[in-house]
Amino acid sequence: MEIFGIPHQAFLGQLTLGLVSGSFYAILSLGLAVIFGLLNIINFCHGALYMMGAFSAFIGLSLLGVNYWVMLVVGPLVVGLIGAVIERTMLQRLYKLDHLYGLLLTFGITLLLEGIFRSVYGVSGQPYQAPEALNGALNLGFMMLPKYRAWVVVASLTVCLGTWYLIEKTRLGAYLRAGTENPAMVQAFGINVPLMVTFTYAFGAALAAFAGVLAAPIIQVSPLMGSNLIITVFAVVVIGGMGSILGSILTGLGLGVIEGLTRVFYPEASATVVFVIMAIVLVLRPAGLFGKEK
Amino acid sequence: MKTRSKLKFKMSAAAAVLTLAGFTSGALNAQSKISGDVVKIGVLTDMSGLYADLGGTGSVLAANMAVEDFAKDRMVLGKKIEIVSADHQNKADVASTKAREWYDRDGVDMITDLLNSSVGLAVAKVTAEKKKVSINTGAASTRLTNEECNPNSIHYTYDTYALANGTGKAVVKQGGKSWFFLTADYAFGHSLESDTANVVKANGGEVKGAVRHPLNAADFSSFLLQAQSSKAQIVGLANAGGDTINAIKAANEFGLTKTQALAGLLVFITDIHALGLPATQNMYVTEAWYWDLNEQTRAWSRRFFEKHKKMPTMIHAGTYSAVLQYLKATQAAGTDDAAAVIAQMKKTKMSDMFMQNGTLRDDGRVVHDMYLLQVKKQSESKAPWDYYHVRQKIDAAEAFQPLALSRCPAVKK
Repeated sequence: MEIFGIPHQAFLGQLTLGLVSGSFYAILSLGLAVIFGLLNIINFCHGALYMMGAFSAFIGLSLLGVNYWVMLVVGPLVVGLIGAVIERTMLQRLYKLDHLYGLLLTFGITLLLEGIFRSVYGVSGQPYQAPEALNGALNLGFMMLPKYRAWVVVASLTVCLGTWYLIEKTRLGAYLRAGTENPAMVQAFGINVPLMVTFTYAFGAALAAFAGVLAAPIIQVSPLMGSNLIITVFAVVVIGGMGSILGSILTGLGLGVIEGLTRVFYPEASATVVFVIMAIVLVLRPAGLFGKEK
Repeated sequence: MKTRSKLKFKMSAAAAVLTLAGFTSGALNAQSKISGDVVKIGVLTDMSGLYADLGGTGSVLAANMAVEDFAKDRMVLGKKIEIVSADHQNKADVASTKAREWYDRDGVDMITDLLNSSVGLAVAKVTAEKKKVSINTGAASTRLTNEECNPNSIHYTYDTYALANGTGKAVVKQGGKSWFFLTADYAFGHSLESDTANVVKANGGEVKGAVRHPLNAADFSSFLLQAQSSKAQIVGLANAGGDTINAIKAANEFGLTKTQALAGLLVFITDIHALGLPATQNMYVTEAWYWDLNEQTRAWSRRFFEKHKKMPTMIHAGTYSAVLQYLKATQAAGTDDAAAVIAQMKKTKMSDMFMQNGTLRDDGRVVHDMYLLQVKKQSESKAPWDYYHVRQKIDAAEAFQPLALSRCPAVKK
């Protein structure tokens, strides 16, 4: 059987791989959406935080002998803490100003962080092996899927849905949403809004770091890994609608799949297809697929 | 009225002084034959992007080592030698703007490194226009000495023809007859793919297909799946740097290496270092130079390592050699005039720790021996950076495209 001129096995294989890269887009764009939705900050250093997550895994293993599973928890915690420091010492002063200031500041932080890692580790990247338990491949009938890739999809979907639940369905999430709508009012009820905002940014940073640890065994851990990815992730957020949580998860996965299929039918365009879609979406629905016009 | 005539007087006096000054400095220049009283060499390289470990600050260090080895006091013909450097960010437009600025405003006489083919081609054009010298030690495209050759630009370390000729031939001879290419979608990748495909076909192999991936592709899994379904024996990686690393990593993960073999067509020692030997063992690699070739290369590399904390790539060694040979030629020619220096290089056999009896041809190609290397197994590697078996020395006469086949108009046929 053939689909669009290619064997259905190859087609299904590419679809699955698209889902894997979509998982990364989903988890990264989710972090961006949470930060933008609740803080109104365009967090340009998201890629650098993702890179630091991957490096935390590498440093944990090579210097401290801490394994992958521990770093999957500790890495995001450490990077989240760094995020909290960034928010407390710098970002907090910018909330009243135009978006542009936040964007410039976070872009500067990116250059700084990348520069530090580049001068210590160089750009060729560091090797990181997948954990023992996830070595080998699953036979899906139409392809051999490395177990690790399957784990990426499961882990990122779990985290994405957990985040959505936390923000949309729990009391803490309700405070957060209320805090962004009307901070003064929420504060009047005795809730510490600035602390909540710090928590939110740290949480977004931790999400990025989680994606970084997940990516470490798949791609080379390199200081540039974040900036290679972040532009695409921003496009995903714009397509999904800035600040829409469920929207960014769904568009992340969807665009991963579309990009994967482009790699088969017209590989030369695989780096641009996301931006073409972004342009079309912006013309037809300026607020994004899931965004609300303000 | 009085003030006006005073002003007039001042102006004419100033004009006279300026003319006189211009005249004398012109006379001085004619005497020393070194433009601007300094020999300025620019290292234009990727300082921060995906190729920064191949050239970058290492190339600047190598250039400085060459100056010191040429003369302890860093002088040639009684004038100072100066090294300047800049980041071209892998962008052809940034590179040619910088090159223009260097040649026009800063008095740079020679630009080297120039890794990345699109950068190399752009700067070669500017160099010809400004009648200066560019010695490309970093880029790979054979277009530099074919369609786009010019009398002011030299291609030094390696090129896609030499790589294809080394690795392609060796792999086909070992029985790797059917090939599929994973190609970086720009000048260099296309050039490497077509050169290798020609070698494969000429030696009785066949090419089953190719997939072109964008530069800096993070995820190679779907390209590898296509390579896997082609059922070719050999998957040729016509890419470089981070792209090669990620492709090899994914190939191991997807088990492609169990049924098919990888042929890295442009692999640097830093890539092997980043991937580790288990992922790369037994792979054939063609390079112009390896740090562990002989006593001379080892001694130089140790000096380099002390400062850079990484072993040199062939681009670093090439940059060292290019700067050294350029200075020697300047000294011998008695001037830094571009045409005179290049003419001098053409009539000398060039030897140093990078090459023995290298020659500069009319198409701008520097011809020297190349090496076919094979990556060691973990158990065979005795020390860090001990990565290659030297399998074959490819003689200078066979390593590069024969001059008779060059499409460079400057070559008389």
